[in-house]
Amino acid sequence: MKRLALSLLLVVAQPLVADSNLPPAYWSDRQLPDPRQEAEAQALMAELRCLVCQGQSIADSDAELAGDMRDLVRRRIAAGEKPSAIRGWLIQRYGTWISYKPTDEPAAWPLWLAPLALLLAGGWLIRRRVRLKTRD
Amino acid sequence: MTRGLRLIPIVLLVWLVVGLSWRLVKPGDTAIPSQMVERPVPPFALPPAVDNKAGLSAADLATGQPRLLNVFASWCVPCVTEVKVLGELKRRGVTIDGIAVRDTPNALNAFLARNGDPYERIGADRQSEVQIAFGSSGVPETFVIDGKGVIRRQYIGALNASNVAGVLRELEQVR
Repeated sequence: MKRLALSLLLVVAQPLVADSNLPPAYWSDRQLPDPRQEAEAQALMAELRCLVCQGQSIADSDAELAGDMRDLVRRRIAAGEKPSAIRGWLIQRYGTWISYKPTDEPAAWPLWLAPLALLLAGGWLIRRRVRLKTRD
Repeated sequence: MTRGLRLIPIVLLVWLVVGLSWRLVKPGDTAIPSQMVERPVPPFALPPAVDNKAGLSAADLATGQPRLLNVFASWCVPCVTEVKVLGELKRRGVTIDGIAVRDTPNALNAFLARNGDPYERIGADRQSEVQIAFGSSGVPETFVIDGKGVIRRQYIGALNASNVAGVLRELEQVR
């Protein structure tokens, strides 16, 4: 019985030291009163990468640092800062890694060229198909 | 001609499988280095994190003497072992300032009483704001800062005993 009770307790156990003991930052999970500003903040947060859960955007992540970054984004947008300026400020700290929005630096060129290449390949394939059909 | 073309999907598949298995065996480095290295410390001013110690501001990091800036927290497990290494560095004459991320005075006092206190000043960064301004992505991290207040090196993760000599050498070099 005691053992069962203990294992049941484990179900609701929380990691004791993985997170800080402070509450989330004020704007981390609270919308800005101005809907236009909130929309701007949401759009930017969806394009910023979480430093802890590295496959997620800070809009999706439950990590504390992501919450603090959402707070930072909302506070700066409420203060009238442009989303591009906030993104630039973060890129200055963490590199282009932090932003999901592709840049125009050479490393990203294949990304921009891929749709064009695929379109050309597709066109070529269709042309061949049509030719083969008409020859039959 | 067509035979060669038919091979393309297979080649692509093999390439994909090889690529994926390679990354499974040898995962990439997930540490995000700060781009602030070789730049002056960003402007900031943090209130004291504990009662008996001063807070920390950008001006405190440009005093003419090279120093370490340790980004840590009482709730961070690796920080417990690291703070002992920092204690050793302090015994060797290194000045160490701290930024306590998302911490409370009580938890911090208990942490310092139990593990030792190598810090000259500790600033309270309750919303990770200054941590983000430094381009730091977690705790613990340590920055080597020269006398002019320029960040010269970033250590991601806990310092251990094998880092002591290297850190002392770097502090000497940036003097």
